[in-house]
Amino acid sequence: MLASRNNCQDLRVVRMTPLGGGEGAPPLFELVLSPPGWDFRPGQFVMIRPPEWGLDLVWGRPLSIADVREDGLRLLVQAIGRGTRRLSELRPGQVVTVWGPLGNSFAVEPDKPTLLLAGGIGIAPFVGYARRHPKPENVTLLFGHRLPAESYPLADFGGLRKAEAVREQNPEQLARFIDHLGQTMRGYAHGGLVLACGPEPFLRTVRKLALTLKARAQLSLENRMACGVGACLGCVARNGKDQLVQTCTHGPVFWAEDVFLSEDAAPLGGKP
Amino acid sequence: MSSLDTIVRLPGLTLKNPVLTASGTFGYGLEFARYGNLADLGGIVVKGLSLKPRQGNPMPRIAETPCGMLNAIGIQNIGVEAFLRDKLPFLPWRETAVIANLYACDAHEFGELAAVLASVEGMAALEVNVSCPNVKEGGVAFGQNPGQIRAVTEEVKRNAGSKPVIVKLSPNVTDIADAARAAVDGGADMLSCINTLMGMAVDIRTRKPRLANVYGGLSGPAIKPVALRCVHQVCRAVSVPVIGVGGIASAEDILDFILVGAHAVQVGTANFMRPDAAFRMASELPALMEKLGIGGLDDFRGSLRA
Repeated sequence: MLASRNNCQDLRVVRMTPLGGGEGAPPLFELVLSPPGWDFRPGQFVMIRPPEWGLDLVWGRPLSIADVREDGLRLLVQAIGRGTRRLSELRPGQVVTVWGPLGNSFAVEPDKPTLLLAGGIGIAPFVGYARRHPKPENVTLLFGHRLPAESYPLADFGGLRKAEAVREQNPEQLARFIDHLGQTMRGYAHGGLVLACGPEPFLRTVRKLALTLKARAQLSLENRMACGVGACLGCVARNGKDQLVQTCTHGPVFWAEDVFLSEDAAPLGGKP
Repeated sequence: MSSLDTIVRLPGLTLKNPVLTASGTFGYGLEFARYGNLADLGGIVVKGLSLKPRQGNPMPRIAETPCGMLNAIGIQNIGVEAFLRDKLPFLPWRETAVIANLYACDAHEFGELAAVLASVEGMAALEVNVSCPNVKEGGVAFGQNPGQIRAVTEEVKRNAGSKPVIVKLSPNVTDIADAARAAVDGGADMLSCINTLMGMAVDIRTRKPRLANVYGGLSGPAIKPVALRCVHQVCRAVSVPVIGVGGIASAEDILDFILVGAHAVQVGTANFMRPDAAFRMASELPALMEKLGIGGLDDFRGSLRA
């Protein structure tokens, strides 16, 4: 059995389940890998690289662990780049090399009102978080997405106090979502906990709101990585002490006030 | 097959097998301790060290390319003092060779760094990085100038005491044999070749370079033919041992380099392909040698029929 120590193992694809997508949009799918004996803390990730990539794609791909259940390690993948498109072609029985669990994890404070903020495929780590939380009645999910709601595993959040999915298909809807985000976060500013995962413009918006509202917030960064183990130094972020830290080993989860996000990229719904 | 068959004897340094890790791809070694027994490797060449900590270059500083990757890390490192205090004591230096990779901005600073590292128990050898393409000062500028290579090597050698000195050569030159001869003239005990090839990648959607530094060092299987050619040329030009580096991703690749004359190899980008890559290659090598009827590395080395 694979315990919580980091390891490098060849796992077998049990199942590939298409979750949907939109016309012309990158499809989402759930990838289940066995053996299932993985221990993890929600927010951690694995690196995954099928041996059949040969010498072509040299990096593994970092993917949040969505959950571990009896049938195996569950990952949510959006086929958006060269690697994830190749992952979408995996079939049951094929072998993939996986190392992890890697990185730190989201805070769990059972008695505190906890708000999960997910943007798109950033919903992945919250599947396991919601299922494993000792008091799900204290947890709320707010989920902004662009693909149809049925593309995402929203049924997994049924035990929460509230789960709300907001689809944004145009700038007006996005602006309304950002307003809603701010209003919702305001309710967690005193004594609550806000956890966010999603694309960087989304995280930048959450961070800004968190600092303004003085809300305790954690952000899970999705930086490009080569090794996932702290060696390549390709995924560094700048922390609150103005030091460079590896997202793979010091993160991927950072307190909002303890990490700087690049300022040159466009914020959510706005111009640079 | 006996493990004795893979022992590599180098000037002032004996390796239990020819598999070293390449600087910059294996952290300070400890990052990989969960993926294999570090003592099973021939040696560990740690992340390039400078006298003072360095922040390196801005992000983004890595990009994946066909069969390889570009990096422009820029020698980000914790500095020699923190390395000696926080990392070296936890490495199995009694059981495997721990080799420092030195980076400095001028020959004097190289000498100063060498003196610090040479005085330390647990440091098996010093590898001099005269060939990093990602730093403005020093870096590849040294590696492209035979006079500078010789001067830096002499300065390091003067301060290295009894520690063997390896000079890591750049492929970004017209004639790598000239660079090799300059290093040997400066007193290098060994050479490692090659460092990364200068390259770039761009994004047609954003119309931006994929690296903030614009240019970076290309590594991985894509550069193996260049590395093999360089090792072959250098082995014919000088008589000191050569350590092959560049795109080694299997035990077969190791033997390719030994066939053209290398004594040992360094595994680099393959450590990113899976973190137990170097350990696997070291353990698979004896069986591959047996399968191919290779009785020992000394007999096989440089036996290319060309």
